[in-house]
Amino acid sequence: MTQAQPIVVQRWNVLSIAAVTSLVALLVALAFGPTYLGPNLTDRITTLFIYVILAAMWNALAGYAGLVSVGQQAFFGLGAYAAIRLSNAGINVYLALALAPLIVGAASFPLSALALRLRGGEFAIGMWVFAELAHLSVNLDGLVQGETGTSLIALSAFAPDVRRACNYWIALALMTALVGLVFVLLRSRTGAAIQAIRDNEEAAASVGVRVFATKRLIFVLAAAGCAAAGSLTLSTLISFQPKTYFSVQWTAYMIFMTLVGGLGTFEGPIIGAVIFFVIETIFGASGVWYLVGLGASALLFSLFLPRGIWGTLTDRFGIHLMPVGYRLRFGSGEPR
Amino acid sequence: MAEPDVLVATGIVKRFNAFVAVADVDFRLGRDEAVGIVGPNGAGKTTLLNVLAGTYAPSAGTVHFNGTDVTGLDAASRNRLGIARTHQVPRPFANMTVFENVFVAASMGGELAGARAYDAAIESLRLCGMLELGNRRAETLGLLDRKGLELARALATDPKVLLLDEIGAGLTDAEAGELVAIIRGLRERGIAIVWIEHVLHVLLQIVERLVCMDAGAIIAEGAPDDVLANPAVIDAYLGSGVT
Ligand SMILES: Nc1ncnc2c1ncn2[C@@H]1O[C@H](COP(=O)(O)OP(=O)(O)O)[C@@H](O)[C@H]1O
Ligand SMILES: [Mg+2]
Repeated sequence: MTQAQPIVVQRWNVLSIAAVTSLVALLVALAFGPTYLGPNLTDRITTLFIYVILAAMWNALAGYAGLVSVGQQAFFGLGAYAAIRLSNAGINVYLALALAPLIVGAASFPLSALALRLRGGEFAIGMWVFAELAHLSVNLDGLVQGETGTSLIALSAFAPDVRRACNYWIALALMTALVGLVFVLLRSRTGAAIQAIRDNEEAAASVGVRVFATKRLIFVLAAAGCAAAGSLTLSTLISFQPKTYFSVQWTAYMIFMTLVGGLGTFEGPIIGAVIFFVIETIFGASGVWYLVGLGASALLFSLFLPRGIWGTLTDRFGIHLMPVGYRLRFGSGEPR
Repeated sequence: MAEPDVLVATGIVKRFNAFVAVADVDFRLGRDEAVGIVGPNGAGKTTLLNVLAGTYAPSAGTVHFNGTDVTGLDAASRNRLGIARTHQVPRPFANMTVFENVFVAASMGGELAGARAYDAAIESLRLCGMLELGNRRAETLGLLDRKGLELARALATDPKVLLLDEIGAGLTDAEAGELVAIIRGLRERGIAIVWIEHVLHVLLQIVERLVCMDAGAIIAEGAPDDVLANPAVIDAYLGSGVT
């Protein structure tokens, strides 16, 4: 009987088309944000965009490629630092902010040759060591003056309102581009290969997956993405103190957002970023207790909802709003 | 040399630290040929297969595929050239669906894109009787289906040489019959086969030549009946009670 059944490989369905259409509408509405949000909210939403970038990058790295890094703050810090350096060299400040992630991405290319040799826990720790080294090296730069830091003075030339709107739009554009890029990559055949490596590296190689090159692609993308987040954060804070940017807290935030939302699901970490943003907005002023609360909720999630919010929902109901996988449809029947 | 051998391994040695798992083995596989490898556990069969597939680089020796030296190529490159393998202990991509597992193989090893990759994946699943399971997450499969998935995934890469490692173990007679039928079909498509297997009555329905390994070396090879009657093989592998 099976011989006669027509089989269709399905990727989109009504729900996911509706979801992506709504998402596009939301992005268009957000594009006009500075005209109706007011200065305070415009700043806050800019921060949310940065969080979404960070969550999507850590998820691409750990959730899809299986590369668990606790050193992504290295690229975050280097992104900000590269922007300072470029601007100091006389390059237009916004161009400097835009070039910084590209430069950090390029620099992560040779680093990947070393880092990707490490496995599992070794890779995680190795990346953390690298972040510490990057932090120390940046401190040695005379321009940065150790922990005293410096600031992106050139930005002060712009009126606060102009700066606020520009930051917002650049953050929105970069978030859309980077998350969109991850989506397109994961939907491509390379995306399937990335997940195969995550699940079993040796088996992936035995079916023709170029393991190292594929891992490197996602490593460099995540490095550039985290650097973009660092560069964007600099554009909002203006001041650059190495301790702030190279802090492991950034990676802790990424892990929190990804785990709460759902590691290895496309939608989850975006939801996790929104949740984290809301929690921070409400409790962020509570200092230490806020951090304790974050840690405790991350722990509770990993104990009781290990697949995160979205992971639990997809497991139960099989819904995908931004599908990266493949479903077979058999003849007239429903996909099983 | 009208029909040169498709796979030729010469002087293969594989050491793990001081331990010699494969000791100076010569192995060749003709086009359209099916060769069985038998031998006691720990004889070095899987290690030899790993060296042929490129999973391990040999400590000494060379591997030629279609007349080209592939010793320096990794497993992925050899797979793209046409050497596919299954794993003795199945290695599914556990968090992906069965179809996605095979799709990776078709698009990477088979170097196909779009609908052609879909078709190749669906065809391999159908051939291995796994199509109905296409949307199942691979981690939910039982051992039997995991072995089926190993075979489907290897086939989706469009191999010229297929290296099988104990895919017949634990099958019922009916299942073994289906497996034999599938592999016969592959042979008709011109795929050369190396099959490591302990279930001799299944193996002997397919292979025309048998190689027996013990302690890292080939102790006998040739026509199956001759090899199985060889006193050294009886002594090392079959034991006195088996005929
Ligand atoms: N990766 C490895 N590291 C160390 N020893 C190994 C490794 N792989 C296999 N061996 C050893 O090599 C010998 C041959 O193993 P194997 O090739 O799996 O045997 P067979 O497949 O014939 O049962 C065994 O003694 C095994 O312990
Ligand atoms: Mg073995």
